[in-house]
Amino acid sequence: MSILEVKSVSKSFGGVNANVDVSLKVEQGSIVGLIGPNGSGKTTLFNSIVGTHPIDKGSIIFDNKEVSELPVPVVAKLGLLRTFQQTRIYGKLNCVENMLISHKGSDEGITKIFSKIPAELTEKAEKLLNFVGLYQKRKLRAGDLSFGQQKLLELAMALMNEPKMLLLDEPTAGINPTLINGIIDRLIKVNKDYGITLLVIEHNMKVIMSLAQRIFCLAHGKLLAEGSPSEIKNDKRVVDAYLGAQ
Amino acid sequence: MKKNDLILYAAILIFGFAAPFIFSAFKVQLSILCILIVLSMTWNIQGGEMGYNSFGNIIFYGLGMYLCASVQVGMFFPLAEWTESGGEKTFVHTTSQFFEGIGFGLIVSAIVPMLVAGLIGYAILGLRGHYFAICTLGLGIAAGEIAGGIEIIGAGQGFTTPPFPKDIVDPEARGEFFYFLSFILLIATFAFIRWIYPSRFRLVLNAIRDNEDKAEAMGIQTMKYKIVGWMVSAFFCGLAGGIMGGLVGYIDATDVAFDGREMGVFMVLMAILGGKGTLWGPVIGATLFHLFKEGFWTLFLGWQYVALGVLIVVIVIYFPEGLMGWLREKYPERFGAVIDEKDRKASVELK
Repeated sequence: MSILEVKSVSKSFGGVNANVDVSLKVEQGSIVGLIGPNGSGKTTLFNSIVGTHPIDKGSIIFDNKEVSELPVPVVAKLGLLRTFQQTRIYGKLNCVENMLISHKGSDEGITKIFSKIPAELTEKAEKLLNFVGLYQKRKLRAGDLSFGQQKLLELAMALMNEPKMLLLDEPTAGINPTLINGIIDRLIKVNKDYGITLLVIEHNMKVIMSLAQRIFCLAHGKLLAEGSPSEIKNDKRVVDAYLGAQ
Repeated sequence: MKKNDLILYAAILIFGFAAPFIFSAFKVQLSILCILIVLSMTWNIQGGEMGYNSFGNIIFYGLGMYLCASVQVGMFFPLAEWTESGGEKTFVHTTSQFFEGIGFGLIVSAIVPMLVAGLIGYAILGLRGHYFAICTLGLGIAAGEIAGGIEIIGAGQGFTTPPFPKDIVDPEARGEFFYFLSFILLIATFAFIRWIYPSRFRLVLNAIRDNEDKAEAMGIQTMKYKIVGWMVSAFFCGLAGGIMGGLVGYIDATDVAFDGREMGVFMVLMAILGGKGTLWGPVIGATLFHLFKEGFWTLFLGWQYVALGVLIVVIVIYFPEGLMGWLREKYPERFGAVIDEKDRKASVELK
C-alpha cells in the first residue's frame, strides 16, 4: 500500500519549469531516495508535497487524502513532516525547548491554548536527544550548535512530532564524515522501530545506496529514472545526468 | 514558586500599597509608572516574545481611552452635548454615577479593543518583519486621524473626561483612586503574563520569533497564536488607556490617545531598555525609563528630547539586548543557564 502518491505534478516559476509531470509512489514503511543534479527540482517537489506553494497541475495523495490544496501546518498535522536543507531550528531556545515545542500540542480548544507543558515530555525529549547523540548539549542554545549538530537536532525534533512519514532534505550534508555511518544507522532504526516511512533527498551516493530500497532520479524537473539502487547505479541516463553525456 | 520569589512579590505588593501614602506628592507619577509598565509588558508579548515589532499597540490604548470616557458619559448624559464646548460644565456626574460609569467603561475598554485586535490581527498578522511594523505604524496614525474627525467624541478639540465627583472633599482621594486602579491593573497584567510564562503558548511565540516557517512546517498553526497573543495585549492596553484617560482628564486624538509619536515609541523603548523577551525586563525598563524621562524633563527642559535621543543611542549601542540581556551574559548562573564547559566542548558521537 502506498502512503504517498504524487500524480503528474507540475510546478513552474515564471519561465522556469521546476517540476514537469512528476509522478512517484512511496510504499508504507519503506525508505525511498530522491536524487538528481543541483537544480533538478528535488526541493521544489518537497515544497509542493508539504504545501509550501500551490502546484500548477496534478494531485498529491497522502494517507488516502488529497493534500495538494492544504496549508503547511495542516499537512504536518496529518503526519507528513519535512526537514530543511539549510537547517531551521529555534536559535534562541535551548535544545530541550526546541524539542518540547516540536511535540504535537493539544492546542485545539481555546481553553487549552495556555496549558502547561507536561513534565513527562521533557523525559521523552531527552531520550530522543540521546538517540541523536546530543544529550550533553541539551542545555545549549540551538543557535550555538554547529551546522551538523543542528541537522541532528532537526531530526530529533521531527521524531518528537511522531510523524507517519518524513521528508529529509540532505540529512548528511555538512556532517562530519565520521558521523555519517551513525546517521545511516539511526535513520534505519527510525524506519524499523518507529515505523516511519522516509523519503530522502541525498547527494552522497554511498549514503543513499546503502539506505534506500528504491530510488527516483530527477533531471531538469522531469522524472528520469526509477528503480532499485543497483539499477539506478547502472542506468546510463543517470550517470549522464550527473557527469554530462559524451 | 520559590521562596525568594514569594518574598520579592510580597515586598513589591506591600511597597505598592504603601507608596501613595509615603510618597503622597508623587501619586500621579506613580500611577503613570504603573500604566507604563503595563504598556511595556504587553508590547513585549509582540516585540519580545513573538518577534513582531508592533507600533500599533497604541491603537488599543487610544481606543480604550475613548471608549471608557464615552461610556462613562454616555450612560447618563447625551454624549454629543457633553463634547460640545463647555458641555462638561452643564452635566455633572453624581458620585455613584461617576464610579458606576468608570466601572462599565473599563469593562468595555478591555473587551472592545481585544475584539478589534482579533479582527485587525486576522487581516495583517500574515505580514512579517518590516512590513508588519510599517503596517501597524500606518494603522496607528490613521486611527488618530480618524478619531480626530469624529464629532461625537470631540473631534479635534478633544474630550474632557468626567471630573472627579465634588462630593468627595478629601483632596487626596482622586490621586489615590487612580493610583490604586493603575496598580491593580499592573498586578493583574503581571500575574497573567507570569502565569502564561511557563506555558506552551509562550514557547510557541518564541518559536515564531526564531523561525516561523519551521514552526509551520512542524504543524503549529502560528496564525492562531499570533492573534491570541495580540488580543491579550489589546485587553490590557485598552484598560491602561481607559485608566489613563480618567487620570489625565482630557483626551486629544493625536496627542493623548493615539499618541504613536510618544507613547507608541516609549513602549518599544522601555521593553528594549529592560530587555525584551524576559519577564522582568519590561518592568525594569519602564521604571528606569520613567525616572530618566522625568529627570530629563526637569533638568534639561528645552533639551529634553535631545537627552532622550542620546539615551536611545546609548541603549542601542551598549545594551542591544537590554539590561536583563546584559546581566544574563554577565551572570549566566543567576539565570539558571549555566552550562558545563565539558558539555559545551563534548564531541557528538553516534555509536
